[in-house]
Amino acid sequence: MAKKDAPPRWDRKMQQRLARGEAAALGELYDRFASLVYSLAHRVLGDEQAADGITREVFAHVWEHPETYDPKAGPLRTWVASLTHRLAVQRLRATETAALEQGGRGSAEDLERRVRHAAVAARADYIVQAMPTPLRAALESAYFQRRDYRQTAADLGVTEDEARRRLRLGLQLLSTAHDTPAPGAPPEYGGAA
Amino acid sequence: MNEANRSAEPDGPDEGPADENHGKPGEHGKPGAGDGKPTGDDFRHGTTAHDRPAQDGTPHDGPDSPGGRGHDGGTGDGAEGGTPPNREPRIPLPRASVEDTGLPLPPPPAPAPPRLEHGVLKSLLGAWALAACSAEETAAVEEHLGTCGPCADEARRLREAVGLLQRPESLDLDPSLRTRVLASCLDRRPPRIPVPEWARAYDAETARLDALLQDFGDSEWHAPVRLRWFADDEATSRRTTVAGVIAHLVAVDGLVARAMGLEDPLAAAGAEARTPGARTEAYWRASRFPPTRTVRGPWREQNHAIVRTASFTGSSAGGMGISYGDFELPLRDALLDRAFECWVHAEDIAEAVNYPYDPPAPRHLRSMIDLAARMLPLVLAARRQAGLAAPGPGRHLVAAGEPGRSLRLEIEGRGGGEWLIPLDSPAAVGSAEHEVAHIALDGVEFCRLAAGHVPPTEAAAGQVGDREAIKDVLYAAASLSRM
Repeated sequence: MAKKDAPPRWDRKMQQRLARGEAAALGELYDRFASLVYSLAHRVLGDEQAADGITREVFAHVWEHPETYDPKAGPLRTWVASLTHRLAVQRLRATETAALEQGGRGSAEDLERRVRHAAVAARADYIVQAMPTPLRAALESAYFQRRDYRQTAADLGVTEDEARRRLRLGLQLLSTAHDTPAPGAPPEYGGAA
Repeated sequence: MNEANRSAEPDGPDEGPADENHGKPGEHGKPGAGDGKPTGDDFRHGTTAHDRPAQDGTPHDGPDSPGGRGHDGGTGDGAEGGTPPNREPRIPLPRASVEDTGLPLPPPPAPAPPRLEHGVLKSLLGAWALAACSAEETAAVEEHLGTCGPCADEARRLREAVGLLQRPESLDLDPSLRTRVLASCLDRRPPRIPVPEWARAYDAETARLDALLQDFGDSEWHAPVRLRWFADDEATSRRTTVAGVIAHLVAVDGLVARAMGLEDPLAAAGAEARTPGARTEAYWRASRFPPTRTVRGPWREQNHAIVRTASFTGSSAGGMGISYGDFELPLRDALLDRAFECWVHAEDIAEAVNYPYDPPAPRHLRSMIDLAARMLPLVLAARRQAGLAAPGPGRHLVAAGEPGRSLRLEIEGRGGGEWLIPLDSPAAVGSAEHEVAHIALDGVEFCRLAAGHVPPTEAAAGQVGDREAIKDVLYAAASLSRM
């Protein structure tokens, strides 16, 4: 579950504290983002040890280079998610390439497809997690609880029109996970945040 | 209306050919799962996308168009409306008539999809993609998709998006990961403002408890917990809930926070409560409602503020006195004591909700045991004054700083060690030459004794020597506990 949106002030102060070399700030950063980082890495890599490794890399990067985060460019959460995504996809590509070179099955295209697929899945997770709560609640009701939109409307205490609107908007947001960024561009973690 | 019908959708295995274009939820994260590309036009033939997981969480992805199946209609609510063509009737007609006549049922009337405005149809696309609208609406939408390009494009896009919905994996972060991640960061770039050694157990234990609380739902937050401790050599307890335990931690950690110049959570309660127990009762009383999960946020903020402030004041502040009402501890020991309490209560909570919970890291466990061992001589003296401990026939007072009659406390297991406890005076120094008794027990068992969770008579301790001295020390250890 997403925590309530932290004010940008928190992000700015966190960056300053990290830049000052305050170990307590690093602990707080971990407490806030560790489960996001770990679950995104796990979604891409499908492996606990690999997700552990990415978690270490992400926090090490933020701790060693806090200045690379620009508070004006967006929330720290988004930035941390993009960083995690990039490192995890990099590692996936590296391990898959190594496997391929050692005579593993599949072609280079298969590899690219798997990488792309994992990337989309991880982005989708993030979008669901970061979307406004009313949209997420509607999707959860309709998809996981198998409620139709009228029941969803009743459950959420909104009109049927509104329930339809939320379901459609939620899926529209989610569908942006498929929008693959141009090669080299940072993955799109901004959209739903 | 067909809500009841829809929600009674069977969870059975696929009926009809599986549509491979719909990735199953749960497989998406794995390389090699279907690529999720749609064929693009299959919905125009009456199938709908819904990679809906079954109630038990196993996905099934047969083309079970919403509301379009009749065999599950036993709970039907009397919808007489049209049934889509080529499908079983959504609601079986009254069974009696069949049995009475033996004749086959007449074919159901062809559906007449309701005439809906383009805008309404468009607004239904999300619900349609999720298989969350009525049979009539489904039919109307699908008819519309055959004739409206933009809506068909959006429908395809939304349906692909449904394939991306995944139940959040319930990943338990390994609690030791935090320590490992932070250590490797601090190795790469040493901190300019470190967390003092004496605040690390508190930092680690509060983070561990927070990780336990992570996935708690309301039922866990309100699960009953019994706080247990020893008072006047009797096992005592107080009933509360998981949320009540966290409120207790907030109230007592507030003693430290207040002394550090941070906000005292009891300030609003307006109480002059000093002891941990009195503060807890005052804090519980001051809130109009029993504590809920909302107590977690303030508790974490308090933890972080304490660790942060301890870092800034540095080692010099470690000696600052923290009053517990009837006794005082230097800040460095008070934070160890709070780390110990946090662990003890985390175990109480874990037990209440049937979760496993590990003991602290060995070096933290050892410093907690060390604190208890250092407090024992003071407690023994206080108990003797109160007539609770035997003066002891062999008791002899020695000058301050001189070796005195001692008990050897041997703690086994990770985080263990040996301590010589001076028995007759806190001012005396523990001495191997004057050892009159020896007890040996496991570190975690000793902590449970000191937490008042194991009665002194039942503590699993190997004992050799002066039985009176052993009994005094075990009772003194239990009396370290408090609410």
